[in-house]
Amino acid sequence: MADTKVAQMKEKVVKEPSLMTGAVPAKDWWDVEAVFKSGNYCYPAKASMVAYHNKNLPGLFGEPREWDPESDNWNLPENWQEILLNGLKERLDKFRSLKIFMDCCVRCGACADKCHFFLGTGDPKNMPVLRAELLRSVYRNDFTLAGKLLGKMAGARPMTFKVLKEWFMYFYQCTECRRCSVFCPYGIDTAEITMMARELLHLVGVGTNWILEPAANSNRTGNHLGLQPHTFKENAEFLLDDIEEATGVRLNSLNFNRKGAEILFVIPSADVFAEPGIFTFMGYLLLFEHIGLDYTISTYASEGGNFGSFTHNSLMKKLNGKIYAEAKRLGVKWILGGECGHMWRVLHQYMDTMNGPADFLQVPVSPITGTRFDNATATKMIHISEFTADLIHHNKLKLDKSRNDHRIVTFHDSCNPARGMGLIEEPRHILKSVCNNFYEMPENTIRENTFCCGSGTGLNTGEIMDLRMRAGLPRANAVRHVADRHGVNMLSCVCAIDRATLLALNQYWNPEVEVCGVSELLGNALIMEGEKERETDLRFAPLAGMEG
Amino acid sequence: MRIMSPLIAVLALVLVALVTAQVPGGQALLGIILPYLAFALFLGGVVYRVQHWAKSPVPFRIPTTCGQANSLPWIKQNKLDCPSTKAGVIGRMLLEVLLFRSLFRNTKAEIYEGPKLVYGSSKFLWLFALLFHYCFLVIILRHLRLFMDPIPGFVAALEFGDGFFQIGLPVFYQTDAIFLGALAFLFLRRVLLTNIRYISLPADYFPLFLISGIAITGILMRYFLRVDVVAIKQLTHGLATFSPAITGQIGSIFFVHIFLVCALLIYLPFSKLMHMAGVFMSPTRNMMNNSRMVRHINPWNDPKIKPHSYASYEDEFREFMVGADIPVEKELPAQPAEEEVAKAVE
Ligand code: SF4
Ligand code: SF4
Repeated sequence: MADTKVAQMKEKVVKEPSLMTGAVPAKDWWDVEAVFKSGNYCYPAKASMVAYHNKNLPGLFGEPREWDPESDNWNLPENWQEILLNGLKERLDKFRSLKIFMDCCVRCGACADKCHFFLGTGDPKNMPVLRAELLRSVYRNDFTLAGKLLGKMAGARPMTFKVLKEWFMYFYQCTECRRCSVFCPYGIDTAEITMMARELLHLVGVGTNWILEPAANSNRTGNHLGLQPHTFKENAEFLLDDIEEATGVRLNSLNFNRKGAEILFVIPSADVFAEPGIFTFMGYLLLFEHIGLDYTISTYASEGGNFGSFTHNSLMKKLNGKIYAEAKRLGVKWILGGECGHMWRVLHQYMDTMNGPADFLQVPVSPITGTRFDNATATKMIHISEFTADLIHHNKLKLDKSRNDHRIVTFHDSCNPARGMGLIEEPRHILKSVCNNFYEMPENTIRENTFCCGSGTGLNTGEIMDLRMRAGLPRANAVRHVADRHGVNMLSCVCAIDRATLLALNQYWNPEVEVCGVSELLGNALIMEGEKERETDLRFAPLAGMEG
Repeated sequence: MRIMSPLIAVLALVLVALVTAQVPGGQALLGIILPYLAFALFLGGVVYRVQHWAKSPVPFRIPTTCGQANSLPWIKQNKLDCPSTKAGVIGRMLLEVLLFRSLFRNTKAEIYEGPKLVYGSSKFLWLFALLFHYCFLVIILRHLRLFMDPIPGFVAALEFGDGFFQIGLPVFYQTDAIFLGALAFLFLRRVLLTNIRYISLPADYFPLFLISGIAITGILMRYFLRVDVVAIKQLTHGLATFSPAITGQIGSIFFVHIFLVCALLIYLPFSKLMHMAGVFMSPTRNMMNNSRMVRHINPWNDPKIKPHSYASYEDEFREFMVGADIPVEKELPAQPAEEEVAKAVE
């Protein structure tokens, strides 16, 4: 739990002098130093993790070493400035986005109060524009005429250790949520800048363990916790018992690594081992059994969530490559993806470019409705919400909405499906079909304007709880609003990180509100053949009218 | 500091122009040589900068989707904020460039006891930015009368519309006043709003002061100070026809005006003002959201980066997989040595 008690935090975010509460810092931002102290940074990556990734992708993760962010000596390589500047040059040449975003910002400030990190901390450098200036100032110094001629007057700064500290602090206080990009008149996407900056930081061996270790696990075992194949399978099968207990039906379609299945189903692996993700997983399984889907789950490609995407595009590609490789090996026709945010950013905007063409697969066609998913003609991979919404639209599911009557539901749009994909109505269509009480949060906090859970991009680690509770405040506050107004007690989402982080967030800010995946509510509502009279939902909470 | 130095810089420019206009040959320098030079630098600079941007590829298809994507046929797509076709992208870009669509979304966040975050509508930036840019455009177009003979019809029409109220003599142009008002708004906003003040750099004030200087000298010239309009027209026509000559007593204020314009032209390609070209090239806005329909090619995609192979995965975990009834490619050796299994279990 967070270090600061919630009552105290409620005071702090409103009263503490910060740019959010109207206090202007006495010093110019370039004179304010980043100070690391316990609780405001993620632990550095262990040397063994860096070594592991360096073995696979030489040169991208720096020299393996131990270092302490609080110390003034990070054991950086001798020529770290040179490495960073060369790295920046390389990225300017590789990414037009970076050049444009470096050159075009007019500091209009439209993005300033759009970032959840700024809203929750009031720290000026959490305004997307200043976050970007941390990199832009160095860019000006070494890559622009104005910066070379006018130096500080042009807003240029040489690359110093002080600047490096700022980078490590503030590029790990950005969850790459892209909300700033929606409001910027030039579409400047600070998420993109953060991606570049994190790549650069990794070049000199500055990275966090909570990202590099799961990424290493994903690479080796297929899933980020490092579960070996048999354990992964056991965990998943364990849930069959729970399903049986709740519904009276023993499912027998769950299977792994089966060649010749029609569909490969890829999930964020957290769904098989962590609450409340496991309930979402039960929902998937019930759905597949309900419609008799010919699918398989791979233990080798058991992680759709891509921790590589929080580090470097090469590692993103490497981890993502397993999905197509496995689809090919198993000879499936197409791929179905579970509920996960960052996973879908990668699947939608990067996978085909990085690891395609998927010419060995077929355009996804729903075996139940015959719908051809023309929006995935190249990638051959569709989202479970698209698949389910289509089933519901064609009346292929037997549903009893009232089994979610004990829930008053709202929906959190995860950043990536909303702003990096455009998946907005599908989950809503499902929710409205499987529950009677559904209320939207305020307009400015949903759909493309949605607020991040506050802990994406590998920031959902225990050592920065205060920061996470602050960053999640805008989301929590919107939940508070509908909880007070409509009695909302269930926050649904289509993201595995959300299921973990919103849980912690609500326990802190809105203890009466629980968190679930959309497919869990679907699972509650599905009328299964041969089921018993349902008394509880999938998490064994009594249904409405069954509380006695 | 952040405000004073750019102000001083612009005042210095004014002074330089005033002095130069007095020295022999200075007027020719300010009125003839510099304008050609500035225009050439402007064109060259803009072209260079755009080419420089274009040299870098767009490796990934990364539109920011601001609405429902193209999905199932019965789900209504937001074709302008989340376009999946060329036409849609053109529509999105037109909205962005002509109407500042994204700025229109602007809100202002405030935090109250509770805590309670409130997002109020905040359209002033959008309104004044729009006014500023459109007035600027109208004013530039109006200036065409100085360079073209005969005066194009649309310029005359623009002038007529702009001076619609027929106030004063010479006729007062509304755009002049609105332009100054918008500039004042943009400046005051930078100074008064705490977070905007905090992020503002000298490079943000400098163009504001420079453009204000241009506007003020222009207005002074038109409405208040006497200048030789015939001589100015002769010069500007001359510039346009590559036969410039300075005749008569034009008046120093004109030279200040034209000097500041030249400064702006030269400064522009090296500054944030390049957003006027950059907005067209922003990948989060100008790309179709069709990345699952059409494969986007990354020219530097590295085919050597391969996933950790299934074979090595199975090699590492084969015993466990077989033990857990997970299908494998290669069966275990007929009779696995017992100690090996024991080791693997460890
Ligand atoms: S909205 Fe865009 S242009 Fe304005 S300050 Fe932010 S990044 Fe810069
Ligand atoms: S991407 Fe999200 S977290 Fe990062 S700066 Fe923008 S709004 Fe903030």
